[in-house]
Amino acid sequence: MRAGDPARSLAAFRRTLGAPRFELEPARDAEGRGRLMLRGRLAFSHAAALWRELRKHSMGVQRGQTFDLDMAGVESIDGGAMALLTHLRAELQQRGVGCELVHAADSVQQLVHMYSGDVAVGRRKRRRPIGTLDQLGRATMGIVHEVQLVLAFLGQVTVAGLAVVRAPGTANWRELTPTMERVGADATPIVVLINFLVGLVTALQSAPQLERFGASIFLADLIGLATVRELGPLMTAIIVCGRSGAAFAAELGSMKVNEEIDALRTMGFAPLRFLVLPRALALMAVMPLLTLIADAMGMLGGFTIATLTLDITPIGYLNETQKAVGLDDVMQGLVKSSMFGLAIALISCQQGLATTGGAEGVGRRTTAAVVTTLFSLILIDAAATIFFRGLGYE
Amino acid sequence: MNDVLIRVEDLTIGWDGVVLQAGVSFEVERGDIFVLLGSSGCGKSTMMRHMVGLENPISGRVMIAGHDPSKRDVGAPPFGVMFQSGALLASMTLWENVALPLQGWTDLPPDAIDAIVQAKLRLVGLQGTAAQMPSELSGGMKKRAAIARAMVLEPALIFLDEPSAGLDPVTAAELDRLILGLNDNLGLTVVVVSHDLESIATIGKHCIMLDRESKSIIAAGDPRELSKRSDDPRVRSFFHREPLEAAR
Repeated sequence: MRAGDPARSLAAFRRTLGAPRFELEPARDAEGRGRLMLRGRLAFSHAAALWRELRKHSMGVQRGQTFDLDMAGVESIDGGAMALLTHLRAELQQRGVGCELVHAADSVQQLVHMYSGDVAVGRRKRRRPIGTLDQLGRATMGIVHEVQLVLAFLGQVTVAGLAVVRAPGTANWRELTPTMERVGADATPIVVLINFLVGLVTALQSAPQLERFGASIFLADLIGLATVRELGPLMTAIIVCGRSGAAFAAELGSMKVNEEIDALRTMGFAPLRFLVLPRALALMAVMPLLTLIADAMGMLGGFTIATLTLDITPIGYLNETQKAVGLDDVMQGLVKSSMFGLAIALISCQQGLATTGGAEGVGRRTTAAVVTTLFSLILIDAAATIFFRGLGYE
Repeated sequence: MNDVLIRVEDLTIGWDGVVLQAGVSFEVERGDIFVLLGSSGCGKSTMMRHMVGLENPISGRVMIAGHDPSKRDVGAPPFGVMFQSGALLASMTLWENVALPLQGWTDLPPDAIDAIVQAKLRLVGLQGTAAQMPSELSGGMKKRAAIARAMVLEPALIFLDEPSAGLDPVTAAELDRLILGLNDNLGLTVVVVSHDLESIATIGKHCIMLDRESKSIIAAGDPRELSKRSDDPRVRSFFHREPLEAAR
């Protein structure tokens, strides 16, 4: 036999148990009331056989009839078997069948009492299945509630921000520098690598198309503008969201479930000023810096492909980039990145502080923080692009 | 004349539509060791959370020295709180945890803060552990550190949620001695949530017993007297560790 095969192990275990040593026999007393005579040793090891027999005998019993379980012949019974008998009694009583555990010896009666086999059975509460409309309603109310929480959070953050402006000493400035280092400096290597590769791949995909029309030099325009206006800020935000946004949500979520947030409140510290504002300010400050690095690396990726695979000189590429990309293009990206930073910090912190339900809740809120932030980043990006277009930036 | 520090007036508490205690009123005098008793799930810890202003009641109010703790703004707290798990900030060392209220709410220089933190840690028997992280401490050490943090601003009132729960008898007895010492020597008012009978008998001067079924106070007074003389089977069953049926 293969070691660890569960089916074979179970079969071997069952063989060691031997045959069931109980008997069930339906009977009627002098007044015609039905009963089931139980005899022998009722044990958990033969619970499956016992349950099958009990079900078979009780199946046809109708409302208003009596079906007592006569324990007079029971030599011994364990907890598992007693649980089945008391469950059957309760089920039959709820169906309107008279059923009691009767004639038990003293030792058996103690177990009957322990398993509440001699107490009145309450009415069964019927669980109504939840209808589709009901589910839709609940989901809608859940979304409305979440939106309320988010709006309340935004209001509280605004109030906390204004309070800090009035009294700067009440903010937790000590947290600012370490947080900037954690979300900024520590994220630089991955921002460098990802943005270089994105620039490289974009150039690789675009170069043959441009070459076909003899417009290879415009690769510098395409990569330059796409990187500083869109890809640089957005890719950096996505990296920071996955890295720092998830960390913020998990960190604050753990603090919430471990009562650390409550402890802060009882020590007189406002969690928003102490935990949220430093994170939001750190991300707003660091995101433009990371985006500048991202812009440079994205353009370096394009430069690499242009100079290696196309008939473009390094100086020619740089000149074309300088002509195409203006300071206002870079600034558009930097403004966006600062907005992305604020969104990442606020959404992640809001989700973290809304955590309930232990470790599972922390996981749920962390996932929600990342998904909500990614969705928001795209929305903010679209809105900001339309806004800048409206201001006349082409 | 009694010097009442905490006044709980007609307080109804609960959450998600579930009422845990309804219309509860009691007072805690200055210098008392006041124990909130009751079986699991009766709302003792929730009552404490309302008393420190972490939750808003369904109705009624709590006043500490004439002020509503739930309306407190940021600033030095008028009382210290020890949570059941200790609730030390996991990202900070023990020293940083205890120093936090001093750094936030005093203008003490760093060497004075260090002196106070070291003294508080010594007081709770945690000398030499200042550089350790909370994750490196046992349950008892976390609770002691949390007491040190709760006392660091020298409050006149301290709340302790299940200080001896989950501790071995020796550590629990040491904590009891510490609480008694703080009360005797510093005149600290202590509100304790507990169902540890030995601890209650050792430290409790007054108590109230909350009941889950009736959602009200079913006994009040000296815990030792209640243990000996109460006629209420629910109180007797609690103090004598008997099933309610046996006490009846």
